[in-house]
Amino acid sequence: MGRGALWAGGLVAALLIALNLGTLGAVALRADAPGRLGAADWAALRFTLWQAVVSAGLSVALAVPVARALARRSFPGRALLITALGAPFLLPTLVAVLGLLAVFGRGGIVNHGLAAIGLGPVSIYGPQGVILAHVFFNLPLATRLILQGWLAIPAERFRLAAALGFGPSEIARHLERPMLREVLPGAFLVIFLICLTSFAVALTLGGGPRATTVELAIYQAFRLDFDLGRAALLALIQFGLCAVAAALAWGVASPAGFGAGLDRPVERRDGGSLMLKAQDVALVALAAAFLLTPLAAVVARGLPQITELPAPVWQAAGRSLGVALASAGLTIACALALAVAVVRLAPRPRIAGALEGVGLMALAASPLVIGTGLFLILFPVLRPTAAALPATALVNAAMALPFALRALLPALREVEATQGRLADSLGLHGLARLRLLILPRLARPLGFAAGLAAALSMGDLGVIVLFADAQTATLPLQLYRLMGAYRMDDAAGAAFLLLAASLTLFWIFDRGGRLGARN
Amino acid sequence: MRTTQLATAFLLATAPLCAGASQTLTIYTYDSFVSDWGPGPVVREAFEAVCGCTVDFVAAGDGAELLARIQLEGTRSRADIVLGLDTNLTARAAATGLFAPHELEAPSLDLPVAWDDPLFLPYDWGWFAFVHDRARLPEPPESFDALIDSDVSILIQDPRSSTPGLGLVKWVEAAHGDRAADIWAGLAPRIVTVTRGWSEAYGLFLQGEADMVLSYTTSPAYHLIAEDDATKAAAPFDEGHYLQIEVAGMLANAPNPDLARDFLAFMLTEDFQSAIPTTNWMYPAVTPAEGLPEGFETLMRPETSLLFSPEEAAAIRDAAIERWRDGLAR
Amino acid sequence: MARATDGLHLQDVEIRQEGFRLTADWTVAEGARVAVLGPSGAGKSTLLGAIAGFVAVSAGRILWAGRDLGLLTPGDRPLSILFQDQNLFPHLTVAQNLGLALRPSLRLDRAEWARVAEALERVGLGEMEARRPAQLSGGQAGRAALARALLRARPLLLLDEPFAALGPALKAEMLALVAEITAEAGATLLMVTHDPRDAQAITDQVIVVAEGAASAPRPIAELFADPPEALRAYLG
Repeated sequence: MGRGALWAGGLVAALLIALNLGTLGAVALRADAPGRLGAADWAALRFTLWQAVVSAGLSVALAVPVARALARRSFPGRALLITALGAPFLLPTLVAVLGLLAVFGRGGIVNHGLAAIGLGPVSIYGPQGVILAHVFFNLPLATRLILQGWLAIPAERFRLAAALGFGPSEIARHLERPMLREVLPGAFLVIFLICLTSFAVALTLGGGPRATTVELAIYQAFRLDFDLGRAALLALIQFGLCAVAAALAWGVASPAGFGAGLDRPVERRDGGSLMLKAQDVALVALAAAFLLTPLAAVVARGLPQITELPAPVWQAAGRSLGVALASAGLTIACALALAVAVVRLAPRPRIAGALEGVGLMALAASPLVIGTGLFLILFPVLRPTAAALPATALVNAAMALPFALRALLPALREVEATQGRLADSLGLHGLARLRLLILPRLARPLGFAAGLAAALSMGDLGVIVLFADAQTATLPLQLYRLMGAYRMDDAAGAAFLLLAASLTLFWIFDRGGRLGARN
Repeated sequence: MRTTQLATAFLLATAPLCAGASQTLTIYTYDSFVSDWGPGPVVREAFEAVCGCTVDFVAAGDGAELLARIQLEGTRSRADIVLGLDTNLTARAAATGLFAPHELEAPSLDLPVAWDDPLFLPYDWGWFAFVHDRARLPEPPESFDALIDSDVSILIQDPRSSTPGLGLVKWVEAAHGDRAADIWAGLAPRIVTVTRGWSEAYGLFLQGEADMVLSYTTSPAYHLIAEDDATKAAAPFDEGHYLQIEVAGMLANAPNPDLARDFLAFMLTEDFQSAIPTTNWMYPAVTPAEGLPEGFETLMRPETSLLFSPEEAAAIRDAAIERWRDGLAR
Repeated sequence: MARATDGLHLQDVEIRQEGFRLTADWTVAEGARVAVLGPSGAGKSTLLGAIAGFVAVSAGRILWAGRDLGLLTPGDRPLSILFQDQNLFPHLTVAQNLGLALRPSLRLDRAEWARVAEALERVGLGEMEARRPAQLSGGQAGRAALARALLRARPLLLLDEPFAALGPALKAEMLALVAEITAEAGATLLMVTHDPRDAQAITDQVIVVAEGAASAPRPIAELFADPPEALRAYLG
């Protein structure tokens, strides 16, 4: 692809910089005085860092044995299980917290079980609750990233290991540990960043003012004191933290794309002993129980209410569907443009790296500051309610972009490495190259990324709050309004609807990508 | 009262003549007001029927987010009316200089306190209270000290992100003043969690996560009237209960000042006020002629009402939140 | 002897990569069939890559019929190239792979599709139009790639050992097809190989790539009668 690809990539990069940093600037400019941080802000900063490190570390550490068990076992329903295990990551936070409480709450299944055998209740509330929820959300992501690493070890390597008579410990030393050294830092970083900017989890499960995150402090600065200077400063600090974290992990190989197929178990001949088999089965069963029981609780509570749902909920679901589809389309367009430009610029690694960094920037941004900044920028020229749904789709797309880019880049590099010369030699440029080479060859990661973007957008209760009115409420907002109107049964039904819609959207796109992939 | 109502009726009757049929009244309010289950739809229909105008609701989070939104927009705001601030916010709202005097002679209000604010008029009110389930907790504690000494678990909201949460902080300050820090330290072990907003806390309470939740004395009315469930009740506290008074005001730069004033007058008439009890689940500022809906008579009515003046409320806010934070962190 | 402006002219060309240097300064006459011989790693593929536009030249110029190719993208150069592998897009049908030769947008009219069918017929793949490359044998895939080169009808054909993985009989067959096609079109052929017998089968000249230099083409009989030092070591 020629100059056009670079222009498109540059345009997307400019848009992202405007969205991530321009909005921050708009907020800072509007502030009456430069921001100053109080003791509570510093405490929030410390707690945020601490919980993000612990949450990411725990997620990654737990994911290693689960991924290994999944990598070396094949059983009926394995592919389905791997897809289902991804569900918590796609889940709207509000719904996930309700599900977690049904299992781990005071009146939840775990405490009922403990009471039955005469043990006192355990409390989910407090730092442990924040970490539990973050592990719940991110264990699937970590497992996926690490499983990808396992599957990237060539089968020939395992054949050679078998020929040399390696046992599990030799395999671990010569094959698995080098792979983990490459994959783990990247996985840790992504989850660390997600936990760093977490908002809603800490709000409900935190237990008290000690469990305040930076994102929450930004919200409070905005809401309680209308201190835009402090909000902007906190957002800048959050950006800085993410940049430092990214820099620390720089140079370490980034994880392979997690959009690639995971439905092939590694062919290997170790791990045949009964002990190992039992251990793997137990691990997979435990992970599945931990991740799927809360979902089952949401379904059990909400499914019976679904027929009773009032019409406005269905209307909101329709609007959310539209936003999700728009956001998915936008994500794919932007991610493709960026990925093509990044691959195209490979001979100039600095520029390519910077461009990739811009694509991942949204991981470090504060959705609240983006929303407020966007509001400040748009308000003079547009009616906020008219901008509500487009703005939501746009911000959701920016938030999903890092994941889409991660999924597309390795696949695109692979395509360009194997078929780029052939395409060049035939003069396959521009849109023809996109249509005839890139889109068909990237169908799988594209389907995955579109599904992810649609599901994340479906469940997002972010900027919509700043813009919406009664006519533009999305499903998550409507769910929140039902709770605010005491209608907890309807809210449970809406939560189920939201869960079902998010997962179905993801499934359809992901499946479509797989079917569309022709090799 | 009758004369003012007549005056209002006259005002409303003539409004279309001077306002013109094409005008749009823009009302900024909090999210749950405009929700399909809130007072918004009823109020819109009722006012449009008499004003010959279009009512446009714009929603922003809760009361505090609403004020932040107005500050964000400043003098360029399209809003005519801001509806949904409370007395914790009115001092700050007045200080922005964005609001104009309503210049209305209010009808006699059914509030537990006197009202003479030149900028804001109240439309509903309620007492904060801890709500419990009679079946699960037959004998709730009847004061903060009793609560501290009990083994009852409670859910509260963060005063920095929630109106009831801030109400509770003010309640403790108004009832116990000097001892506020100790009260918080004593309450800390009783608190299951501190949520961002009312909805989360109330949802957790209904899921059985705690014995009591900070809400309003009127909350049991919802369960009684909408669900025919008489088990929920508000516990009376000896200290008295802190009030929340929700108000509306018109903006100095309102595009339609006359229409805005008409709406403020309309707000205190039967059509608006009778929608409040069973949509906002609060006490109306003017009790409708046929009285409150059946079921409201069963609600606990505190003997003592506590309320800081807007100026006091604004002055002590930061220190009070600091005491809350330190007490809970202890 | 052809005029200086005819054929492929490498003028003081130097290719530098990390720890690698290759020079070339010679002309291949139009219509010649030239083998590129030399030990592994000497730079045979790199030489073809430079001519095709995939490898940057650090000094000198590459010209075809007097025209500098340096400013042209690989697709615009007057040549077709067949790589060691990946000569067909796996997700497109055989017919679509051929169609790219006529229009990279694949928006072909009826007459153009007929030409595709004709080209497939010509290489003996008449029934294979709708198949995907994975459903072809190695020989069939090679034929399909050659058919596409035929359709592209560029004056210069570069073969970077596309038939290396085939058995001897099949390879001979493919080389014969290459000879036929280039003869029909009057195309110039540059063919990398490490097997002198392949060179003898269809080419009449040889470029030896060894020790940092690509020598000027010499008649094949003359070369094998008196191989230079570098080639002698390689031939053993």
